[in-house]
Amino acid sequence: MTAPEAPVVRISGIDKQFQAGGDVITTALSGIDLEIGRGEFVSLIGPSGCGKSTLLRLIGDLTAPTAGTVEVNGKPAHAARMGREYGMVFQAPVLFEWRSVEDNVKLPLELLGMSRSDRDTRAREMLDLVELGDFARHHPPQLSGGMQQRVAIARALALQPAILLMDEPFGALDEMTRERMNSEVLRIWQQTGTTVVFVTHSIPEAVFLSTRVVVMSARPGRITAVVDVPLPQPRNDETREDARYFRVVTEVREALRAGGGLGGEPALASDERLAAEGGIG
Amino acid sequence: MTAAASSVGVPVPPPPRRAGRIGRTVRHYLPALAVLVTMIGLWELLIRIYQVRAFILPAPSAIWAALVDNWGAGRWPLFVSAQTTLFEAVGGLIIGTTVGVVIAFAVARWANARDAVLPFAVAANAIPIIAIAPIFNAWFGVTNPLSKMMIAALLVFFPVMINVTRGLTQVEPSAIELMRSYAASEWTILRKVRLPNALPYFLTALKVATTLSLIGAIVGEYFGGSSTVIGRVVVQSASALRFDVTWAAILLAAVTGITFYMAVVALERVLIPWHSSVRGEEPG
Repeated sequence: MTAPEAPVVRISGIDKQFQAGGDVITTALSGIDLEIGRGEFVSLIGPSGCGKSTLLRLIGDLTAPTAGTVEVNGKPAHAARMGREYGMVFQAPVLFEWRSVEDNVKLPLELLGMSRSDRDTRAREMLDLVELGDFARHHPPQLSGGMQQRVAIARALALQPAILLMDEPFGALDEMTRERMNSEVLRIWQQTGTTVVFVTHSIPEAVFLSTRVVVMSARPGRITAVVDVPLPQPRNDETREDARYFRVVTEVREALRAGGGLGGEPALASDERLAAEGGIG
Repeated sequence: MTAAASSVGVPVPPPPRRAGRIGRTVRHYLPALAVLVTMIGLWELLIRIYQVRAFILPAPSAIWAALVDNWGAGRWPLFVSAQTTLFEAVGGLIIGTTVGVVIAFAVARWANARDAVLPFAVAANAIPIIAIAPIFNAWFGVTNPLSKMMIAALLVFFPVMINVTRGLTQVEPSAIELMRSYAASEWTILRKVRLPNALPYFLTALKVATTLSLIGAIVGEYFGGSSTVIGRVVVQSASALRFDVTWAAILLAAVTGITFYMAVVALERVLIPWHSSVRGEEPG
């Protein structure tokens, strides 16, 4: 990275409250400040109900904050969304079965109004990037879960977005596939230089992927720690056996515990837990 | 894999030939065909052995003879009757489907429309068709085919409306979020997501609607109108104790219904080749 430049994401003083029905108001996020620089890979980690997915949706302007501001690339998040500066990957691949793999990747390009030949070229590049060039004409149900998620990544990167938002993208995959996908995402991140915000439940995943890990606690959701990950790039299978890797994993785990995230009790959805606590009192 | 195998001289299996595919298709339908032939044979045999009288059940050979004799001419011209009934059914299908689709769009788009329209749609569906048929004959003219079409349309409307509404609204929430992240308008989301999503639902409803529209048309015919229609042929031949003709008319109605249904299945193959209902049906 060169001279200090404007951050890609600047979040200041965010509060987010939901009206849960009637007069009950749930505070999902409280007093969030965060800056993310160009080319960073930042993971958001925390217990269920800490609002990490909500924070991701605030960055993507898919939900509005109750207070505070979100700026992306120096403009309000809404303007960034209207300027199509986001790529999104969800836990489910969200591929449309009536479109071939290739046509799924072309969807954002169509919305942008790109010419047919440019769309063809870009879609081919993107599928080559995720190493699915041979599956362009297949339909999504013919692909495995991991392959479908790679198509979703290709689609998210097709517009060469300023920022890639990933919401537990590998949560539904088995451990082996997940580790392979982690390496894949790192390779793509290095190849494209995209800024990534990545929501996960998994400490090893967060540490392996990120340049910084943002640790959150629940009720209300706040940032309790930001852990730098000083592991060298490129990272690979050896990284997972590096002593420094384990040190950072431990650091993140302790930060989570300090924030009440690893209390040893099974994680309940926030509403259930609130109800349970109310029942005791 | 294939490349590696052929490079060491292992013969690659040839692509399936047409003859093989036809063979598979024949094998696929053979059991059903065998059951059909056996049943018809048994039916014929039992009627002859026990000399069952024709007003209880005519033999298949007698029904076939009645079908051939009355095909084009006579008191009960079956072919023309089936044609007219099918015309009424198709008309009813078109009217009912159009109204159903239009209301489904309104209901899917505006919650107000749903609250205003849905109770009446449910009420319309709850009316026994047999009770409303004479009224429709009076309203639209007993000799006017429109009266039969409207009865068919009333039957068709509800399943089409409910299914299309479902198809338009039951879209994964993350699919909508994905589209919004690309700054897509509601109109674009409708075009690119909701419409293709609703297509299989629509075709499922249309398959049900083919059968329903024939039922509606024939029920309407029972309550009067032109005499060269399936419903009138059934009523009149039965009262003349010509049950062989009655059965021939029923057979023809069934064949018409199946043909109508298969036409929609063919349409489905053209419109949604990607859908599991189409891919799963392919033999082999």
